[in-house]
Amino acid sequence: MAKTVRRVTTRAGKRSRMQEAHDSFVFARYLFMMLIIATIIILTGVIITLGPLDISVAEAYQALINRFYPGYFNVEPLTSRVVWNIRFPRIVGGILAGIGFGVCGCVMQAVLKNPLASPFTLGISAGAQFGISLAAVIGISLVGGPYLLIGNAFFFALLCSCFIIGLAAIKGATSETLILAGIAVNYFFSAMSQLFKYFADDEQLRLMTSWGMGDLASFSWTKIPLILGVFVVCIPLLMLKAWDLNIMTAGDETAKSIGVNAEHVRIFIMLISSVVVATVVCFTGTISFIGLVAPHMARMILGGDHRFLIPASGILGAVVLVAADAVAMNIIAPTVIPTGIMTSVIGVPFFMYLMLKGRRKEFWT
Amino acid sequence: MMIQLQAKGIEFGYSSTPILKDVSFEIGPSKLISIVGPNGSGKSTLIKCIDRILTPSCGNILIDRKDVTKMDRMEIARNLAYVPQSSARTFSSNVFDTILMGRRPHIGWLSSSDDEDKVWEVLRLLGIENLAMSGFGELSGGQQQKVLIARALVQETKVMLLDEPTSNLDIWHQLDVMNIVSDLVKKRRMTALLALHDLNLASKYSDGIIMMKKGRIMAVGDPASVLTPENIEAIYNVEVAVRSQSEEPFIVPLKQIKMNGGRPNHDGKFFSNGKRRSRLPRTFSEIKEIKLS
Repeated sequence: MAKTVRRVTTRAGKRSRMQEAHDSFVFARYLFMMLIIATIIILTGVIITLGPLDISVAEAYQALINRFYPGYFNVEPLTSRVVWNIRFPRIVGGILAGIGFGVCGCVMQAVLKNPLASPFTLGISAGAQFGISLAAVIGISLVGGPYLLIGNAFFFALLCSCFIIGLAAIKGATSETLILAGIAVNYFFSAMSQLFKYFADDEQLRLMTSWGMGDLASFSWTKIPLILGVFVVCIPLLMLKAWDLNIMTAGDETAKSIGVNAEHVRIFIMLISSVVVATVVCFTGTISFIGLVAPHMARMILGGDHRFLIPASGILGAVVLVAADAVAMNIIAPTVIPTGIMTSVIGVPFFMYLMLKGRRKEFWT
Repeated sequence: MMIQLQAKGIEFGYSSTPILKDVSFEIGPSKLISIVGPNGSGKSTLIKCIDRILTPSCGNILIDRKDVTKMDRMEIARNLAYVPQSSARTFSSNVFDTILMGRRPHIGWLSSSDDEDKVWEVLRLLGIENLAMSGFGELSGGQQQKVLIARALVQETKVMLLDEPTSNLDIWHQLDVMNIVSDLVKKRRMTALLALHDLNLASKYSDGIIMMKKGRIMAVGDPASVLTPENIEAIYNVEVAVRSQSEEPFIVPLKQIKMNGGRPNHDGKFFSNGKRRSRLPRTFSEIKEIKLS
């Protein structure tokens, strides 16, 4: 017998005032998602125009469209080359890094049940910094050539988080265990990096310091497919756990009673997000602000549903990172300020404004 | 006689400290059963073991004669709903989304309009539809408790476990929550198993009472047979007067009984269903005679 779906309505056959309010809220969530996607598209066009060569916003979009539909627009070859080979890869790198940090910050805060959690809570940045130091000072690296530093950063970043996840799997994957183990590992690898700094010469010191500040300069078309490949596999896996993350914020006991094995989900999320963050961080260095704050911005506006929160955190992370990078590159041109510094300089006042003015404070604690 | 929920020889402990010892009972359908006992007697632990939030070291739990220990977590959630004692959350969400979480055992990634309609139905049933868009963290204790009951209700289980649902509530909200649970048992033919501290609430609303101390069941039966001055004195070390209030015993605490060298001063005599018991019921076969079906 076919299942009858009965819409709950009032006696007059209309949806109640509360149901209409809920419908409006759901519509507002979708609208906000569309708005931030539109923002990143517009921001891309505007940022491409910034630089020594004058390019209009229209020319920027025309140059990009021409790559996929050659001859559709009449664009100067020089403009096309500057847009496609110099300015656009950095923006795409910024978008990918912002998405990676934002998404991973969001899921880490949920599984660790801690608003201070970020993609670097498991010691990933300290591990990556240690890998860079090892390669820069002693010359020990797992891979050679152009990936000398990147390979080391990736390996040691992942090693740190895998060590903590392994420890948690044996001792019980509670959020407290993971945070404490993350802090301990952070301290250990930071101390090791400091030791390398102590013995480093000026050139090695400059390399280690600039990596630690975080920058998007290393992005090029050869590296972007690698990051994109990791994202295509990992981010849908994180999205699949959105419901479980909603429930886990209510505590492990509640999660278990509603059918979610909190410890298994926690380890799964940690593993996947570690791969994502390690992949990004080995190219960008430590840009810590995005992963901490983008999820809070999204939560203040969208509420606690991770089906919306995860993508929104990613896109908001991309918006903040790309905007901050544009300012960092142009504010005292030709000097380029490291992106990691500028994300905090721009993002913190904006975040404080949202925190003080936000009307939906009940969604954010 | 149909049995809805059955526990056979449940034992549980943390490392070397035993918490539950050989706990067995049977509960029939459409019953409201309260577990009472002093702090640390194992009431909440028993509730969590039944829902497999904690894993018993031995014993079986059966729902409609199906073994819970052989079910995966989702299947357990489709058969047993749990209302926690604490509602503390790291990140708050609105009431509608909080209740919708209870549909997780029945749905995939997307919730359907059918699932949302079930949430609206329960919101109206409990009279909290006006709170649907409020933040869970903004609600009073009584309202939060109703939301947690609503979340358990949308799980659509036959058995609901409630861990001290009236703690931290004023007397109006205590009665409100107990009336809701009582109505659900009568109208939806659910079985409710509650851990309760308040003996008078247990007496007023329960079809049966399980009295525990130090991880063991000490007395089982209807409120009048379990809530006797002798049993309460033996379990709580408190002298009480038990009066009859419209056929339900009404307990008035009189004074504490001094401990004899750190041990309770009782003779180990317990009463159940009007029968005097000289020792604790230890096995399932013994418990069967005092089942709550």
